Amino acid sequence: MSEDTAVPAQKSPPVAKESSVSALLGSPAGRNTGLVVALILLCLGGVITAGDRFADVDNVLTILRLAAVIGVVSVGMTFVITGGGIDLSVGAIVALSSVWATTLATQGIANDSHWIVMVFTALLVGGACGLVNGALIAYGRVVAFIATLASLAAARGLAEIISNRKTQIVNVPGFAAFFDASILGIPVLVVIFALVAVGGWVLLNRTTFGRRTFAVGGNPEAARLAGIDVKRHTVMLYTLLGLCCGLAAVMLIARTTTGSSTHGGLYELDAIAAVVIGGTLLSGGRGTIAGTVFGVLIFTTLSNVFTLNNLSISAQAVAKGAIIVVAVLLQQRLARRSGA
Amino acid sequence: MTSSALLSVQGLVKRFPGVLALQGVDFDVRAGEVHCLLGQNGAGKSTLIKVLSGAHRPDEGEIRWRGEVVSFGNPTAAMRSGVAAIYQELDLVAGLSVADNVFLGHELSTAGFTRRSEARRRTRELLVRLGHPEISPDRDVGRLSVAHQQIVSMARALSLDGQLLIMDEPSAVLDPDEVRVLFGIIRDLTAHGVAVVYISHRLAEIREIGDRVTVLKDGRTVATGLPAREVKTSELIGLMTGRVLENVYPDRTPVDPAAPEVLSVRGLADGSRFEGVDLTVHAGEVVGLAGLVGSGRSEILETIYGARKSAAGTVAVDGRTLRRGSVGAAVRAGMGLCPEERKSQGLLLDQAVFRNITVSSMSAFARFGFLDDSAERARSRELTEALDVRPAGVDRVVRGLSGGNQQKVVLARWLLRECRVLLLDEPTRGVDVGARSEIYELVRDLADRGVAVVVVSSDVEEVLGLADRVLVVREGRVVHDGPADEIDESRVLDLVMEGHAA
Repeated sequence: MSEDTAVPAQKSPPVAKESSVSALLGSPAGRNTGLVVALILLCLGGVITAGDRFADVDNVLTILRLAAVIGVVSVGMTFVITGGGIDLSVGAIVALSSVWATTLATQGIANDSHWIVMVFTALLVGGACGLVNGALIAYGRVVAFIATLASLAAARGLAEIISNRKTQIVNVPGFAAFFDASILGIPVLVVIFALVAVGGWVLLNRTTFGRRTFAVGGNPEAARLAGIDVKRHTVMLYTLLGLCCGLAAVMLIARTTTGSSTHGGLYELDAIAAVVIGGTLLSGGRGTIAGTVFGVLIFTTLSNVFTLNNLSISAQAVAKGAIIVVAVLLQQRLARRSGA
Repeated sequence: MTSSALLSVQGLVKRFPGVLALQGVDFDVRAGEVHCLLGQNGAGKSTLIKVLSGAHRPDEGEIRWRGEVVSFGNPTAAMRSGVAAIYQELDLVAGLSVADNVFLGHELSTAGFTRRSEARRRTRELLVRLGHPEISPDRDVGRLSVAHQQIVSMARALSLDGQLLIMDEPSAVLDPDEVRVLFGIIRDLTAHGVAVVYISHRLAEIREIGDRVTVLKDGRTVATGLPAREVKTSELIGLMTGRVLENVYPDRTPVDPAAPEVLSVRGLADGSRFEGVDLTVHAGEVVGLAGLVGSGRSEILETIYGARKSAAGTVAVDGRTLRRGSVGAAVRAGMGLCPEERKSQGLLLDQAVFRNITVSSMSAFARFGFLDDSAERARSRELTEALDVRPAGVDRVVRGLSGGNQQKVVLARWLLRECRVLLLDEPTRGVDVGARSEIYELVRDLADRGVAVVVVSSDVEEVLGLADRVLVVREGRVVHDGPADEIDESRVLDLVMEGHAA
């Protein structure tokens, strides 16, 4: 950001601003402001309708713990969507990873050696699923929507086979102790989410990997002719998202103390919705991690406020839908303005 | 042949934003004749056809149909009057059957229900008449070969029972036997009083099938009603090209005979569009590829670059053979491409200028994968200032720049890499005259610094003005290779259209 002030000769009109300061933040600053305002309004609504039950440290930590799992998936999803793709199989991958990491066999090995075995198992399973998705899309030339729809069905089915549709209770003391702890009063799950978000931001905005992601999503043919290996990059994007799903599975196991083939239900919708209302373009080429984090927080807070007011899940779903529509309409309006 | 004018056009003018596509076209077509339209790329032929068939409205001038002034507001109106066009870009709907396509827009129906079996029967008749009984009316058009799609397109035009049939380069995708059948059909049609407007770059065809010729240049009629069989080839080419030089080309620097061979292509073939292409470019040399659209020139360039996989032959830079079909290998060896479609193939339109410039050299600005974007901006700023990209500002979004400035951004990308071989496909398409000569200067400047340059252009004048050596490509083969100052525009056009026979 300092380089902008270092060059007083470059008087940039408003058009150019979009890509200097804001690009560093990952999105037009104005839109992040909008998201912050939306979140504050939601919190005000929570305070007004639920009073102290909302504005309570434990309740805020509950919101954050809930946001953490879907948040990790959403950060990964931001990369895939920015790169011009989509992944419908994230929920199923979370389920499969959670089941595989909590089988009696895995837990046995974990108890005999170290609980970290469970973490590696989940990451390995998630990463492998992402790799398969990416390879199918990049080298098999299957449309991402179809390839990951197939994975959705297959991964959840496999999770049911492995778990025999039974909830697998975790009984690995070290695992629970580590993930239930807090650091300076902040739950470990929330710390993990924060680390993933910051890491994701750096990866997207500060590295060649991130820059290639924007290029591949913005114009794959131009990226290819500029010398970028678009196929390999696509595989890496889906693998990264798979790893995020594996990590989310670990966090979900910790929060629920179970592995189950029903874990991660509709995560694909929640993650895509959070990414889109955050300001990442579904058509690729523009993405923002900060926006995604706000998107996740908005949805989780909304659920919390509704629950505290004893409103049904169905009412939450209607409100979610309305938010998505409004956000997409706003996004199109903004895109038209900056594109002109 | 009757002499009554079926269609006559006077003073036709068509403007597009920033371009005067037609600026005064006059000609007339008689019933029962084959009237040929000739002109270079960009002379306005396609625009004229679109105006005649109702796809565009003219801004000035009048069209008379059977003596009455008409205005075809849309293609359906033209169709109803009896004007049917077969466009160069096929206008068929993949996913629909052959019969559905033939009757698209004028479906046979009774009370809103389509008469499918009759449509199939009549389609079959038309296909038999066109010499292709093997095409089933029930096939999905998307699964047919391009040549067969062309046949369906013709069947569609014939199904309208038009009085005037416009054919835009119908022979471009047909083989000689099919062209013979096509000519048979045209003769049959004209014998029944139908008029045909026939467009082709192949002079031999025009002599065989044409009655009269109209020549267009820069959107104007320069000659009309010439007898197709008697008029001299040299006269036609002179009419098509005879214009004042508009662009100033930089002086050529003689290529050092001892300069090393940088790019060497041997026997390159892609298995369909071109074969046996040999090409060497020395350090400091600009080689031009001339040829018609569809002659294979862009494909040759993309195959050299590895963006298409070759079927045979080798590409070497500085004596080292490159891996086939790998853009990465070509870029690492020092090659750069400014693609034909700048917006869809060259640029990240919604991203900043500096990101577009550094996209091919990111590793030079990265340490352990982390980018130093202040260094990126600084280097990009130097380059955009040197190339005079306007308006200045490396954080600007590329979409907002003019065509010429966008092209400079693509060039800056390869300047940054200090590439050894620069491949330019239509470097001045959509670039205004001022920026054009700046780009010419830049190309010459690069060559003087030892870069090997290959330029592809539809504009023969540009190829001759810019290049040291010219290769002429016709139907996927190199038919001429020689110094640019030993060949002139009409000779190149001659080679491009007729080969040595002219």
